[in-house]
Amino acid sequence: MITLKINGLEVKAEEGWTLLDTAKFYGLEIPTLCYHEGLSIYGGCRLCLVEIGEGPGAKLVSSCTYPAEEGLIVRTDTRRVIETRRMMIELMLSIAPNSKVIQDLASKFGVTKVRFKIRNEECVYCGLCVRICREQMDGRAIGFQNRGYKRKISTPFDMRSEECRLCGGCIYICPACQLRCQGPEAETAVCNACLTMDPTCLDHYEDLQCWMYDAGRCGTCVQEEKQSK
Amino acid sequence: MQDQIERVHSFLKKHKTQKRALIAILQDIQAEFNYLPQVCLKTVASSLSINLIDVISIATFYRAFSLKPRGQHLITICLGTACHVRGGPKILDEFERKLNIKAGETTKDGQFTLETVNCLGACALGPIAVIDGNYHGQMKIRTVDILLKKFRPEKRSNVQQ
Amino acid sequence: MNKKKSEKSRAEVSKPHHKQKATITICSGTGCHAYGCLKVAQAFKNEIKKQNLQKLVEVRTTGCHGFCERGPIVVIQPQGIFYQKIQLKDVKEVISETIKNKKIIDRHLYVDPNTGKKIVFEKDVPFYKKQKRIIFGNNGLIDPTEIKDYFAMNGYSALAKALKNMRPQQIIEEIKKSGLRGRGGAGFPTGLKWEATKKSSEAVKYVVCNCDEGDPGAYMDRSLLEGNPHSVIEGMLIGAYAIGAKEGFIYVREEYPLAVENIAIAIKQARENKLLGKNIMGTNFSFNISISKGAGAFVSGEETALLACIEGKLGIPHQRPPYPAQKGLWGKPTNINNVETWANVPIIINKGANWFSRIGTNGSKGTKIFSLVGKINNTGLVEVPMGMTLREIVFDIGGGILGGKKFKAVQTGGPSGGCIPKKLLDLPIDYESLTRAGSMMGSGGMIVMDENNCMVDVAKYFLNFLRDESCGKCISCREGTQRMWEIVKEISEGNGQEGDVKLLEELARSVKDASMCGLGQTAANPVLSTLRYFKKEYEAHIKDKKCPAGVCVNLIRYLVIPKKCTGCLACLRICPSEAISGELKKVHVIDTQKCIKCGACFETCKFNAIRIE
Repeated sequence: MITLKINGLEVKAEEGWTLLDTAKFYGLEIPTLCYHEGLSIYGGCRLCLVEIGEGPGAKLVSSCTYPAEEGLIVRTDTRRVIETRRMMIELMLSIAPNSKVIQDLASKFGVTKVRFKIRNEECVYCGLCVRICREQMDGRAIGFQNRGYKRKISTPFDMRSEECRLCGGCIYICPACQLRCQGPEAETAVCNACLTMDPTCLDHYEDLQCWMYDAGRCGTCVQEEKQSK
Repeated sequence: MQDQIERVHSFLKKHKTQKRALIAILQDIQAEFNYLPQVCLKTVASSLSINLIDVISIATFYRAFSLKPRGQHLITICLGTACHVRGGPKILDEFERKLNIKAGETTKDGQFTLETVNCLGACALGPIAVIDGNYHGQMKIRTVDILLKKFRPEKRSNVQQ
Repeated sequence: MNKKKSEKSRAEVSKPHHKQKATITICSGTGCHAYGCLKVAQAFKNEIKKQNLQKLVEVRTTGCHGFCERGPIVVIQPQGIFYQKIQLKDVKEVISETIKNKKIIDRHLYVDPNTGKKIVFEKDVPFYKKQKRIIFGNNGLIDPTEIKDYFAMNGYSALAKALKNMRPQQIIEEIKKSGLRGRGGAGFPTGLKWEATKKSSEAVKYVVCNCDEGDPGAYMDRSLLEGNPHSVIEGMLIGAYAIGAKEGFIYVREEYPLAVENIAIAIKQARENKLLGKNIMGTNFSFNISISKGAGAFVSGEETALLACIEGKLGIPHQRPPYPAQKGLWGKPTNINNVETWANVPIIINKGANWFSRIGTNGSKGTKIFSLVGKINNTGLVEVPMGMTLREIVFDIGGGILGGKKFKAVQTGGPSGGCIPKKLLDLPIDYESLTRAGSMMGSGGMIVMDENNCMVDVAKYFLNFLRDESCGKCISCREGTQRMWEIVKEISEGNGQEGDVKLLEELARSVKDASMCGLGQTAANPVLSTLRYFKKEYEAHIKDKKCPAGVCVNLIRYLVIPKKCTGCLACLRICPSEAISGELKKVHVIDTQKCIKCGACFETCKFNAIRIE
């Protein structure tokens, strides 16, 4: 057993636990986005940041990846953590402004404006779709490509993947490609606005071709359409 | 295509078909074909028992690899800090103007590919343009035209697209 | 080759240059390759053969001499006569005059710009005088592809001492005592790193040499690996013995083909001489080295990313802890050090930690090799003791600013570092001082900038580099660098707004705090340091929409100075957008609407009749 302190509370963690595992065990809430219990750890969304150490050497680390260490001092809601967390949400909103999940995070943590030019990519590159495809569905259809600001998630050669079994796991788990709640202005009682929307391939084909929303991103529909022309 | 596959197998054999030699194998393919053909990537993936999508993640991550064929002549402009400070970007602008393409692209006739690199380590010669492995140091804007003319003496220096 | 044989070889070639025989050493670093040094070397060899002078003189292509501005460099030993910028047409004369007739050819000599005097000997050249080339100095004396040259320099004697007279823990103590810190950037105490790796009870351990050297403008590691590969091999051997590793890797970035070639030759020769493989020097110690090539990504130089590359996986950084010393290659304890760090090891073992720790400052011991580049007269690689001031390096060794312009700033630490302004020129070079000033030592790149460099443009340059090189995992780094770049770009294009600087600072703080690896954590440094020392320049861009240095294209105009214009039509002809009008012998006019600010006219005009406003 490892003994450490979280928010002044002395806690005990098992060997191999991360700070997030420990916090959850004790019912302490730390926001996450790219973390999912059934999938491997990624550590890309930077929402689960906590402050470790004290004084000038204190630093922020992602609790989902940082292992519990003997004697560690952890604080989950310092000013530094909260300000940084808000900036992460603001950055996410700037590239996925319609996402209900991210909008909810924004209201919860007090992010009320986005000071960057909106560049709607309907994706925050959290990698959940990649991981669920590979780990839960044993598919190998999509993955990260390129690096830096050119990063994207796609199938090999942006073409229809032979590996994709149309399971829809990627759509199911994606936090970004979902519309904001229409609220009381919804056209019908069951508006479905906050669930993932209809794929564009139905505009061109009788059957659903691919389950990733936004044809431009996976490219299947665009590719096949180009070829058929 | 069959000969492409055969070449890939010879590279695999050279590296003892080891997973850890993936990057080295891709480098061999890139050197041989001037890009990474799809069929080669598929062959490497299956031979090394690595997911094709993972091979592609690696191939697209690094600057050395290109999934599209490169031109006959590779022009690389150094954009290292020293060259930047000595006016490298203006040299790149001139190449882009003269070839009518942006950095990272290939001219329509397949003659030239224009790329940039983040430091060749020959800073005393900055700004530098490397054409087909030959270093041209202390580049001036007017030198660009002179260099390009060497490759197409019969045409005007401004490429018609 | 066992110890006896290696000693014999050392005795045979004990003096690198036999007293009667002269040696023409020709610098063959990549920089000089670009100058055509190989052709010059071949011309010398041909001429010597033609005149049958083989008994009198030999030719040796060596590693980089460091004074890259003056290449091709030829130094004639044993006297150390220094000839610069030697061309093919000069070869015959050098042979007949200097070698045969023992006369100095004046026009090949370096002229001291301060005194006007011609300097004959290498050691007197101001560029070299203030340097302390304990690591780099041998580059100019040995042929990197000949192990016997390295033996002649007392090569592998440190290894012999370590294997025969020292126990592993003793070696580690010696490295700790020396105060050697990592030369790759972070400056972590090397001895502690070795100790941490040794501590593990795992049977399998690895040592790795990091020659990724991604910082643009830095090429010290390249020149060391090209010019003196055995020093690195020897360092790794000693380290492996001390830590208990049996296998090592040298990771070289793919942009360095000559370094890969030379280290491969060195490894082969070391193996042939039984300095690699089983039972080295007749002891129980066995060690092998393999070469691993990079494929073009800055972030892969980060230690955890580099290890992933060697394993054949995607080269992106991983969470630490666990540190490589605990879990590195294939989960085993791995010690990874920079090229220059490894190259320091043999001399520390041979001359002792006390000797080493007398060089440098309290917190930063030893020397450091810097690449002095940019708007500097004496571009090249310099090795100085830690603690020397920036002023001495830039002016005494570097010879001051190109074209007599005014010094503005020197950028250190690459994209993770910052700009040091004029008022801090007397800063001593050591890890702590540089960090306190808002920069860092980094791998040793020193980019000198003058009054015609715009600091907003410099910040934009580095942010562009970082947003491209970020691995893309952490949103703080990937999106953060992108957004910082966007803001600075807008400022540089005249679209800066009130509040931009504040937003930039807030974003910079978050990028620094939230990112997982060194790239993201230091990505804000270029912006923060330029804001710290050059805020006025940012304000000029934002409020006045002006670029004082005359760089940012949207904020400048190219104008003809009527008084100086001779009407020669040169600029008119070269203008790509036909923006210049005028007739022969009449003052030309630039149409600022058509002008695309390419700068061709400015470069072409022989009468300095074009100005940038």
